[in-house]
Amino acid sequence: MINQTLILEEMEAQQVVNERPDFMRRFWKSGTTKIGTVLLLFLILFSFVGPLIYRHSAIEAHLLYTDAPPSARFPLGTDSLGHNILAQLMVGGQSSLEVGFAAAFLSMVIGILYGMISGIIGGWVDTLMMRIVDIILAIPSIFILLFLNVAFQPNLIIMIFVLASTAWLGVSRLVRAEVLTIKNHVYVEAAHALGARTWRIMIRYMLPNFLGTVLVAATLGIADAILAMAGLSFLGLGLPPPTPNWGGMLSDAMNYMFQNSWWMIYPPGIAILTSQVSINLIGDGLRNAIETRER
Amino acid sequence: MLKYMVRRVLEAIPTLLGVTVISFIMIHIVPGSPVRILLGNHYTLERAAVLSKELGLNKPLWMQYFIWLGNLLRGNFGFSYVYNKPVAHLVLQALPHTLIIVVASILVAHLFAVFLGSVQAYYQDSMFDQVATVINYLFYSMPSFWLGVLLIIVFSIDLHWLPSGGIVSSQIANPGFGDWLRHLILPVCSLFMISVAGWARYMRSSMRESLLQDYVRTARMKGANEFRVVFVHALRNSILPLITLFGLSLPALLAGALFIEEIFNYPGMGLLYWNAVNSRDYPIIMGITVFLGIVTVLGNLVADILYGIVDPRIQYR
Repeated sequence: MINQTLILEEMEAQQVVNERPDFMRRFWKSGTTKIGTVLLLFLILFSFVGPLIYRHSAIEAHLLYTDAPPSARFPLGTDSLGHNILAQLMVGGQSSLEVGFAAAFLSMVIGILYGMISGIIGGWVDTLMMRIVDIILAIPSIFILLFLNVAFQPNLIIMIFVLASTAWLGVSRLVRAEVLTIKNHVYVEAAHALGARTWRIMIRYMLPNFLGTVLVAATLGIADAILAMAGLSFLGLGLPPPTPNWGGMLSDAMNYMFQNSWWMIYPPGIAILTSQVSINLIGDGLRNAIETRER
Repeated sequence: MLKYMVRRVLEAIPTLLGVTVISFIMIHIVPGSPVRILLGNHYTLERAAVLSKELGLNKPLWMQYFIWLGNLLRGNFGFSYVYNKPVAHLVLQALPHTLIIVVASILVAHLFAVFLGSVQAYYQDSMFDQVATVINYLFYSMPSFWLGVLLIIVFSIDLHWLPSGGIVSSQIANPGFGDWLRHLILPVCSLFMISVAGWARYMRSSMRESLLQDYVRTARMKGANEFRVVFVHALRNSILPLITLFGLSLPALLAGALFIEEIFNYPGMGLLYWNAVNSRDYPIIMGITVFLGIVTVLGNLVADILYGIVDPRIQYR
């Protein structure tokens, strides 16, 4: 028994042999990845540390200064209700990033579990489970999200679940495909023969093999979640007021388009664009680093 | 080939049935009844009871589902609570508007993406390629709703070139074809700019691979000019992945159209769905969801079949 555990440990150790530093080096080598990481760090600092330095309320309405273009007092101007746009942008970034990361993480966990169970059990259970995924994927997710949003009027936590409710589908497909190929590898058979339990095989033998692929999908999922939430807020849904939100700021600004209030329209749009570009760049960098390893 | 197509269509049926079940469940797990919304200030328990009976909402759920499904199979998508018109009628009224912006943007975007991606791959790593890659990346990451707003600001508000929304001008008594076309330009451009970026990226990498193949060298040796080498010999093979993408991108484009229709106040399916969700008009919501499911499944099917037509190496089983 001791012997067997030892052999198992050794096999596991060989599995993850020193690939990590190599992987990180490849990830860092690319200039675009660096740009993405710097942009994302900037966004995080801007949203979470920014309000500590720039101490102005995002929800206070300065009624004497409505529709004000950028000035010394309001660096990015004010909106139609006299809200300080710079402060709103920072606080809006907090909810976007929190929801984006949490929804992507949640969908990754659900997707991994679902995909693994489906792939390992196989047979008609697998067919049924994947059919369900196909069916939900057949309806464009924004239509489902829109509906769920109206139905549940989400707060921050419910929003995370709503966004994850469609985002896990893609992950589960990926994981299932990976499990099907890994399932028949010799080392999995060996682990079986040595008496490893199913959950141990799942976590120690299978997971490390597809974690990279899933991580790429989850990273890109953060961008999708942020975009979906901004889109919902743009349609007048999303998180309830007074919490400022990038998409909501944009949709408010749209009502004042004809007055040429450019300071209301550009900041939230640029913020959303920055979040998308930075996360997509990081995701692509991860993918390239992983694909090189597999080649 | 025919056998394969029949099999694929048969396989699609359970998925479509699943879509009907999902949309039905989706609507009935939701808090807030349509009766309350329909009655509004006139809400009393008696009136609510009468109305639920009229709408069939007091029957057990599974019975409601089968009644609805039975009607669906007979082409009856139900009756809108709010508009008081058949759902099929409303959907068919909105569909051409969505279809025209989606199809027009797909076609233009595909042609342009194939061209841009090929040129980028041919002059790979040149200044042009690098600039185009960066611009592509920006558009790829661009939220459709922001892009739509920017286009309105530039082309309708600042330059006064194009109308900012609607299908035709309301001020003109007899808006002609030209007027209608002018209203199409901005919505189509928004969808076009977003989809072209992703497709050009695909095309670029696929063309890069094709250009390294032996048959390209053979073509050059035969003395074909460079234009012919790229756009005849290499293109045929590098265009294959894009054809699959063609069918798969349909749902994404329909989703994009939802925002575009909202911004440009374009009375297509997206706007219809959005209004229906807000007023809890269940029959419309279910009708459109099922319709979208059909479109997606058909899109996948068409992609598979097209793929086989253009690539003779594919064997149908």
